[in-house]
Amino acid sequence: MSTYILDTGNHMVGYAVRATRVQVIAAYPITPQTPIVEQLATMTETAKLKAKYICVESEHSALAACVGAAYVGARTFTATSSHGLAYKHEMLHWTSGSRLPVVMAVVNRALGPPWNIWVDHTDSLSQRDTGWIQIYCASNQEIFDSIIQCYRACESQDLSLPAMVCLEGVNLSHTLMPAVLPEQHEVDAFLPPYKPLWKLDPEDPGSAANIFAPEKYMKLRENLQQAMDTAKRGLSNVAREYSHHFGLPHLGGMVERYRCEDAEVVVLALGALASEVKVAVDQLRMQGHKVGLMRVRVFRPFPTDEVRELAKTARSIVVFDRDISAGMEGILFTEVKAALFSSPEKPQVAGFIVGLGGVDVPGFQIAGLVEKCLEEKVQGNVIWVTGV
Amino acid sequence: MSIRTLSGEELLLAGTAACPGCGAILALRLALKALGRKTILIIPAGCVSVSQGMAPYTAVKVPVLNIAFAASAAAASGIVEGLDVTGVFGVTVAVWAGDGGTADIGIQALSGAAERQTDFIYFCCDNESYMNTGIQRSSSTPFGAWTTTTPTGKREPKKDMPFIMAAHKIPYIATACSSYPVDFVEKTEMAKGLRGTKYVQVLAPCPSGWRFPAEKTIEIGRLAVETGIWPLFTIKNRKFSLSLTSERLLEGSKRRPVREYFEAQGRFHHLSDADIDDIQHSVSTIWDHLGQINNEDLF
Repeated sequence: MSTYILDTGNHMVGYAVRATRVQVIAAYPITPQTPIVEQLATMTETAKLKAKYICVESEHSALAACVGAAYVGARTFTATSSHGLAYKHEMLHWTSGSRLPVVMAVVNRALGPPWNIWVDHTDSLSQRDTGWIQIYCASNQEIFDSIIQCYRACESQDLSLPAMVCLEGVNLSHTLMPAVLPEQHEVDAFLPPYKPLWKLDPEDPGSAANIFAPEKYMKLRENLQQAMDTAKRGLSNVAREYSHHFGLPHLGGMVERYRCEDAEVVVLALGALASEVKVAVDQLRMQGHKVGLMRVRVFRPFPTDEVRELAKTARSIVVFDRDISAGMEGILFTEVKAALFSSPEKPQVAGFIVGLGGVDVPGFQIAGLVEKCLEEKVQGNVIWVTGV
Repeated sequence: MSIRTLSGEELLLAGTAACPGCGAILALRLALKALGRKTILIIPAGCVSVSQGMAPYTAVKVPVLNIAFAASAAAASGIVEGLDVTGVFGVTVAVWAGDGGTADIGIQALSGAAERQTDFIYFCCDNESYMNTGIQRSSSTPFGAWTTTTPTGKREPKKDMPFIMAAHKIPYIATACSSYPVDFVEKTEMAKGLRGTKYVQVLAPCPSGWRFPAEKTIEIGRLAVETGIWPLFTIKNRKFSLSLTSERLLEGSKRRPVREYFEAQGRFHHLSDADIDDIQHSVSTIWDHLGQINNEDLF
């Protein structure tokens, strides 16, 4: 019997972590991630979760502790947001370079200054080159599902990669949504205990991460890239197996397509922002426009094939970025264009910067902007939309 | 214990990439004799992260996790909890960090792990500068010492890490020196037998950075102790005790003049007679204080 609940995105993280039987958690509080650490600390203290919770003194130490624990074969978890993620940056590389399947929830929040505790995707997107899988969730159910899926996919020996499960601050983290929690034995059947390829063991001593010759270093980075390529299939397969195993709807692996079948114009966006795009798509469809949404669920590895596939049918692609790479443009916009570059079909591509630092982006506004693209053939520009 | 009864098992093999006369690699060799095979070492950036050898080879016969500079004590926390939760018991977890990795960039993680009473030994192998990067000042560099970033001599005193660690109310703190192998091994064994965070700061003379001939490493370490510059002591369960070698130096006349220590090292060659007199005076003051707290509870 599954349990039907109404709860916040943050609490869904806690329920998922408990269901995975994580063994070591190290985390540091930061708004709007704080309810996650409170819930996990309570679960471990009350023995609802048989894990070690390390109350570390910083974000950098949180991930360093996860790295240490994973190196001796423990399943580990951490959670962060914004400045905390930025502070973890060095250890992000250490984790992926060590090929440790640490899973981390990232509650997306704007980076200061000035201080801002509202949603923005720039925090995690600016960590795109750290060798972590990145999944952007569009609902509280998907947060739960993605955490379970990530452990199964990341701990497989052909991946051995860390993963960020990203959820928008406030919009998901503090918003109640209905969700289904499966039975523990169902999760256990889907996710066996972690068996590391190798661990620090005095019975079989070996060294980790000591200095390596340049050619060998480069080979390791090539291996990391190959694992990321493998992860495209791995994550898609796990998502399909998950929906089959738990009897839940399959929302998509690398991407989620919404009314894309005959769409001439397709909108691309991440996370809950993409949920808002669905409202716009429905509105535009009612007006007779052939518009669809392709939500980029997995940003790393990037769904290059799926974007190229889109180019065969869509005449126009519109990208909404809740992020900015200052000096260039929206980060998703850049990635989408890079994926399309070697495609024989060249649809028009327009990019909007919206919702930075928590600016609201309602569906009707998105619909208006997409409509503008239909009429004016906006091509290649970066258009700032600073409010309704 | 005597030098003859130290473990004959070498867990640090010959052929490291350390400089000739390296006090740090000697200290590591001695520490491993006390720690034994059932040990996991965590090594942040520093001399030993290079001198252990280039992968796939290593001179260290226990498992080693090399880790980012600021991360060693936190990684140790993860290892300690990870071993416990996966049912592996009886393994000593030890960090082997330099003075920069301890007193500067690693102090936050160390302080956090100590406050959490993490069950591990933290060794600060103190060669009083960033030697691996080529002799730059650390907060553990003593007053007056030349480094490449203090070309006219450091103007500030050495950070007092053992007492900073004592303020964390951890069960065991010790100072040691690579020139006193028995004392260092005994202190490491003591640390190994206690639960909680143990901090051992071992002074490791560095011929390359301190500017003295490689064959003088033991002698320089002995001078550091015999002049009273580097007192050997323990703080066990908050009780401060000078070690036997240093306790006999409580009487000022037993201490050799600090001038002998300074004149033997190129890094202090620019010091004036007045500077040395000032340092001699401050050493006497410190020893007056050590005499007052010897065999007393600090808190």
